[in-house]
Amino acid sequence: MRLALTQSDWLQPLRGLARGDLSAFPWRPVLFPMLGILAFLLFWAQTAPMINTSLGQFPGPAQVYEQVGNLWAEHRAEQARAEEFYQRMAEMNERRMAADPDYVPRERSYSGRTTFIDQIFTSLKTVMMGFAIASLIAIPLGIVIGLSGGLYQAANPIIQVLKPISPLAWLPLVTLVVSAVYVSDNPMFSRSFLVSVFTVTLCSLWPTLINTAVGVGNTSKDLVNVSSVLRLNWFTHVRRIVLPGAVPMIFTGLRLSLSIGWMVLIAAEMLAQNPGLGKFVWDEFQNGSSQSLSRIMVAVLVIGMIGFVLDRIMLALQRLVSWDKSAVLR
Amino acid sequence: MNYLHIDHVSMEFPTPKGPFKALDNVDLRIGKGEFVSLIGHSGCGKSTVLNIVAGLLQATRGGISLDGKEVDSPGPDRGVVFQNHSLAPWLTAYQNVELAVRQVFKGRKTRAEMREWIRHNLALVHMEHAMNKRPDELSGGMKQRVGIARALSIEPKVLLLDEPFGALDALTRAHLQDSLMEIHADLGNTVIMITHDVDEAVLLSDRIVMMTNGPAATVGQVLEIDLERPRDRVALADSSHYNHYRQEVLRFLYEKQRKVEDFPQQQQRRQAGGMVGETRRRTVGAG
Ligand SMILES: Nc1ncnc2c1ncn2[C@@H]1O[C@H](COP(=O)(O)OP(=O)(O)O)[C@@H](O)[C@H]1O
Ligand SMILES: [Mg+2]
Repeated sequence: MRLALTQSDWLQPLRGLARGDLSAFPWRPVLFPMLGILAFLLFWAQTAPMINTSLGQFPGPAQVYEQVGNLWAEHRAEQARAEEFYQRMAEMNERRMAADPDYVPRERSYSGRTTFIDQIFTSLKTVMMGFAIASLIAIPLGIVIGLSGGLYQAANPIIQVLKPISPLAWLPLVTLVVSAVYVSDNPMFSRSFLVSVFTVTLCSLWPTLINTAVGVGNTSKDLVNVSSVLRLNWFTHVRRIVLPGAVPMIFTGLRLSLSIGWMVLIAAEMLAQNPGLGKFVWDEFQNGSSQSLSRIMVAVLVIGMIGFVLDRIMLALQRLVSWDKSAVLR
Repeated sequence: MNYLHIDHVSMEFPTPKGPFKALDNVDLRIGKGEFVSLIGHSGCGKSTVLNIVAGLLQATRGGISLDGKEVDSPGPDRGVVFQNHSLAPWLTAYQNVELAVRQVFKGRKTRAEMREWIRHNLALVHMEHAMNKRPDELSGGMKQRVGIARALSIEPKVLLLDEPFGALDALTRAHLQDSLMEIHADLGNTVIMITHDVDEAVLLSDRIVMMTNGPAATVGQVLEIDLERPRDRVALADSSHYNHYRQEVLRFLYEKQRKVEDFPQQQQRRQAGGMVGETRRRTVGAG
C-alpha cells in the first residue's frame, strides 16, 4: 500500500505535466536529486581521463555503462549455454533409456562460469543469511540484557570489545572453526558460504544487540510500574509494554547491522576468495585487462545501490511494524 | 478504621553520600470506603508513602497491611494512577484498559463480559466517545480519565492517586474532581490521593493527612473533614466550615511547616560577599 502511495505521489505531478500544468510540478524533490546526479556524472567524466593507471585510463561513465551491457550479455550467453547443456543431457538420457530400459539416467549439474549476476545473488543470499542469524541472536539477547540492569553491566564490556573487531580479523578464525566443525559428507551449504555467513553474523550482531538492549532499558518507568501492579507475566510484559516502545531503537540497530553486514561481506569475499561480488572485484583486479577497471566500477556501483535498497527495505519494514505511523522515518 | 494500615513505616534511600532518611515512622489507619488526601510540600515524601503502599518500594522499617493481610509487592488489589497518565502510547484508550482487565479477570469473565466491563469503566470517566483514540490524540485530562478508568477496572481494594490532576489546567481539574467524587459516591472505593492543592483536598476528602517537611518526614496533623456529601464546590465556597478547614490546612503548610529555601541567586551573591543582612527568602514549593 505504501508503495502504491509513493507511486501515485510520483505520478501526480507527471499527469499535471502531461496536461501542460507546469506550476503543479514539484520541482524541488525531483529536480534537485537529478541535478546532484548530473553534477556527479559530469565531475566523474571530467576527472576520469586525467587518472592514468597501469591498466590504462580510469573509466568514465560511458565505459562503465558499456560494461553493464557486456556483463548482462555474458550472463545471458551463459544461461543459454546452461539450457543447452541440460537439454542435451535430457536427450541423451532419453536415447539411452530407449536403447536400454535398465539404464539409470545420469543427472549432472552444469558447471559453467559464474557471471556477475550470479555473484550478485550469491552475495545477497549470504548477507541475508548472516543478517538473519545475527538478528535472531541479537534481538532476544538484547531484550534479556536490556531488561536487567545487572546483566547489561555484565555484558557491556564484552560487547564493547567485540564490537569494533574488523571482519578481516574474524575471518581466519571463522574459516578454521568452520572447517573443523562443519564436516558432512553431503553438505547442505558449502564451507565458503558458511564462512562468509558467520563473518557477516559476527560483525552485524552488535548494533542490533546494543540498540535493542538500550531501547528495552529505556522503557518508561511508569509503564514498568503499571506492569508490575497488574502482575503481567514476563512474556506479556515484553510483548505489550517493552517491545512496542523499543521498536524504533531495534530498527535503528537492524539497519546499522544490515549495512555493516553488507560492507563486511564484500571485504570477506575478497579476502577469502569466497563466491560473491567481492570475489568478482578481486578476480577482475587480478585479471588486469583493459576492461577490468570499468567492470570493477560496475560492481562498485551495484554494491552501493544494493546497500541502499536493502536499507530502504528495512525502512519499509519498520513502517509496517511501527505503531507510530506519523513518525518521520529516514 | 483498620482496613488499610500503614504501620510505622520508615524509609531510607541509599545515596552516594550515605543513607537518606525520607520517612520516619509514618503511621496511618484508613477505613474501608474512606477518601484520604496526603498533603505536604514538594519533596517531603508523599510519593514515597504511596509507592510503599503500592508495593513498588519496600519500606526499610514497618509495613503495610490491607484487609488483614501483609502486602509487600505490587498487585492489582491496589490500583495506581500516576501523575503522568502512564498509558501505553501504542494502545488506544480501550486497549489500555483491556490490558488491565484481561490480566485481572482472565478465567473469571468471558470475552463479552470483559468488553462490557471495559466500556462500563470508560463510561464511568466519560470517555466512551474517545475509546478508540490513542493517547497522543487525547488531551491531558482525557488521558488522566483513561488512567483512572484503568485503575478502577481492576476493582482494587484501594485506589492510589499520585497528584492525578497536578498537570491539568484549573477547569479540567475541576471536572475531573467532580467525576472522581461521583465515582467515589457510587462505588465507595477506599482512596488515598496525593495533592498539593488545598481546595482539592478539602473538597474531596474525608480526612486530610498533612505531612511534615523532609528529611525524615512524618504525619504532622490529621484533619477530619466533616462536610456533608454530595459536596458542591460552588455552594461550599461560601461555607464557613469549608473555609475553616481550608485555613487549617493552609496554616499547617505555610506557618507550621513553611518551607525555607535559599534562592540560588542570593546564595551566589552571598558567596561573593555582596549582600549583608536578610538574605533568606521563604518559598513555598508545590508540585
Ligand atoms: N530513589 C530515591 N533515591 C534517593 N532519594 C529519593 C528516591 N526517591 C525519593 N527520594 C527522596 O525522598 C524525598 C521524598 O521524595 P518524594 O516522595 O518523591 O516526595 P514528594 O512526592 O512528596 O514530592 C525527596 O527528598 C527525594 O529526593
Ligand atoms: Mg511526588
